[in-house]
Amino acid sequence: MSSQQDDLKETDTEARFEFKKEEKSAFKSEKGLTEETVRVISEDKDEPEWMLERRLRALEQFQEMPMPTDWPGQPDLSEVDIDEIVPYIRPDIETRGGADSWEDLPEEIQDTFDKLGIPEAEKNALSGVGAQYESEIVYQNMQERWEEKGVIFCDMDKAVQEHEEIVREHFMTKCVPPSDNKFAALHGAIWSGGSFVYVPENTTVEMPVQAYFRMNSEGMGQFEHTLIIAEEGSEVHYIEGCSAPKYSAFNLHSGGVEVFVGEDAHVQYSTVQNWSKNTYNLNTKRAIAEKGGRMEWISGSMGSKATMLYPSTILKGRGASDNHITIAFAGEGQDIDTGAKVYHNAPNTKSTVESKSIAKDGGRTNYRGLVHIADGAENSSTAVECDALMFDNESTSDTMPYMEINESKVDVAHEATVGKIGDEDIFYLQSRGLDDDDAKQMIVSGFIEPITEELPIEYAVELNRLVELEMEGSLG
Amino acid sequence: MATLEINDLRARVAEEGGERILRGVDLTVESGDIHALMGPNGSGKSTLAKVIAGHPAYEVTDGSISLHLDEEDVADVDADLDDEDYHWELLELEPNERAALGIFLGFQYPAEIEGVTMTNFLRQALNAKADEREELFEDEDEESAEADEDDEGYETSPMEGPADDGEIGVAEFQEILSEKMELLDMDEKFMQRYLNAGFSGGEKKQNEVLQAAMLEPSVAVLDEIDSGLDIDRLKDVSKGINALRDEQGTGILQITHYQRILDYVEPDHVHVMLDGEVVKSGGAELAEKLEDEGYDWVREDAFEAA
Repeated sequence: MSSQQDDLKETDTEARFEFKKEEKSAFKSEKGLTEETVRVISEDKDEPEWMLERRLRALEQFQEMPMPTDWPGQPDLSEVDIDEIVPYIRPDIETRGGADSWEDLPEEIQDTFDKLGIPEAEKNALSGVGAQYESEIVYQNMQERWEEKGVIFCDMDKAVQEHEEIVREHFMTKCVPPSDNKFAALHGAIWSGGSFVYVPENTTVEMPVQAYFRMNSEGMGQFEHTLIIAEEGSEVHYIEGCSAPKYSAFNLHSGGVEVFVGEDAHVQYSTVQNWSKNTYNLNTKRAIAEKGGRMEWISGSMGSKATMLYPSTILKGRGASDNHITIAFAGEGQDIDTGAKVYHNAPNTKSTVESKSIAKDGGRTNYRGLVHIADGAENSSTAVECDALMFDNESTSDTMPYMEINESKVDVAHEATVGKIGDEDIFYLQSRGLDDDDAKQMIVSGFIEPITEELPIEYAVELNRLVELEMEGSLG
Repeated sequence: MATLEINDLRARVAEEGGERILRGVDLTVESGDIHALMGPNGSGKSTLAKVIAGHPAYEVTDGSISLHLDEEDVADVDADLDDEDYHWELLELEPNERAALGIFLGFQYPAEIEGVTMTNFLRQALNAKADEREELFEDEDEESAEADEDDEGYETSPMEGPADDGEIGVAEFQEILSEKMELLDMDEKFMQRYLNAGFSGGEKKQNEVLQAAMLEPSVAVLDEIDSGLDIDRLKDVSKGINALRDEQGTGILQITHYQRILDYVEPDHVHVMLDGEVVKSGGAELAEKLEDEGYDWVREDAFEAA
């Protein structure tokens, strides 16, 4: 065992020892989400008063709102025990310094890293060990180039301190207010970590901005907040998360993503995420696109026990456009309820939604989408296409596309296909020498190809490998 | 020289009370020979093709399909072979194992697989065949020793990643491919398209022949590869089929309704199938007679003989 790990162990023990003495320990034993908890988080982060106030207001809203239970066909959230959430926060914060060690990860997660072929350095980063150095180097190089252009890319907690004015104006105010839904409110109260991206006017960030290392090194991916502001005429591609499974003792992930697409700006937000199979993944992601702005959401949702995620775009300005590409994979015992929402609030706006889902071993996928075209949004067009692929008769897939069209001069198209993976297709490939598993794998890779082709190659490869692992049933 | 030997093959649709389709088929195809299998609709020709390849929709109730190989057929195999390795009972093998041993089925209606480029597909197919051959021919002892190795890491990723040890590299693959495509007068642009997706009927058939050319089977069963082709395509496809035989020594079992293709692919043997049995066999002249006189006389002959 390296001395570094010894050190970590020592720190860990020390922290635990001190922990008993500190008065902070009081909140850990506290049942339920209380004001005190929120105050401690905020104090821990040395936040300005306004942020604490926002958190407390969000907490009130959270407490007032009922759990969503009555959506048609919605995943069962009855096991989500809010009272159990809070005690879990503590270990998360403790690991901020990277106290987690590779050995502490469950075996199946370690196994997955191995199977993904993730290099040692990345493994360490992902598991929270040594992330500080490994990622700093990569980050530093990029950062210098960006800084010259006035681009800001930093941790969300840091952004609150160093870019207070911008954050104060945009953070959960106009895009995702805590009042949006119960889990947005929860997020507003206890959010922690995440990314902040600011791109000034007419600036193009050529390389994709990746939160691959940072988010994990911080060990707090569970209530992370992402705030992206792309000023007029700017362009940025942001990639969040990684395709490695996010392990944590949490059984609830409730992230928040807010994207501001300025006039004629272009933002692409890509994410490939894989959650441990005991996680409830309940997020709120939204973008507002000004005149001529273009928003693109590309997401792969894997893992989790239940997911409810509907990235949405408000096309606020004339000629704004939106493009959604999503993929979901549900295996045994999983309920992946995902889709897209688009609000056409101005004329000449355009949206396309392409949703792909795969269900096997009794898993359930659901496409839940909303396209709203406001009165006066003339000459707008939308095209929604959802395709579901099923492996067996036990798996299910539903499509629930809601269309609210309040304007007559529009072009609306919806297309849905649900199919079982074809025996004839498999036989065809088998007759060419592929075995049963490889044949299925090939069909599925082809099915998700529209997504993989949009991603940088390393993510595409990992997404394919993840799907491959899911199909082998070898992910934890 | 490989020999495909079908003896008293009986098969039915694999479901409760499934219809009996093959009622005792006997047929032998040697590599390098071209056999035409003719017969009216519903006589069981396509079923025979699928059963040879191992389609799960059919259940074999009796008979055998065996493949006999010789030194030449296993020249690529780097292992000590015993007698069993030259004789295989296909009915005991999975479709992909049959493919690895050198059986190819050209489909009348090939599957369309979106998102999988021709290049990617062909490379994977070639590599899969090589891997499977290695497994089929290796000693049982070695097999267990190598089973552990197999679990490590990945084979070529679906993203056309670099080849692992023993797999066909990109350059080598491209070379083989270009050669075969030239032979078939196919446009290289083909290779970036998705497997059969949006292909015209003719393109699909050409693609089947291309795959046979790439996989170099001992025996290729071509199920109505001539249907839906205009005369130019028919010539292209026929040229490809002849090349399979002439360049690779592939044995061809050509299933067809019509004499037409036999003007371009001259058969060494012609067989007539009726009601799930091969009732008459002869040379090329038999096909001509069928073209002129239809199947009724064969039926009468068969009835009298019975």
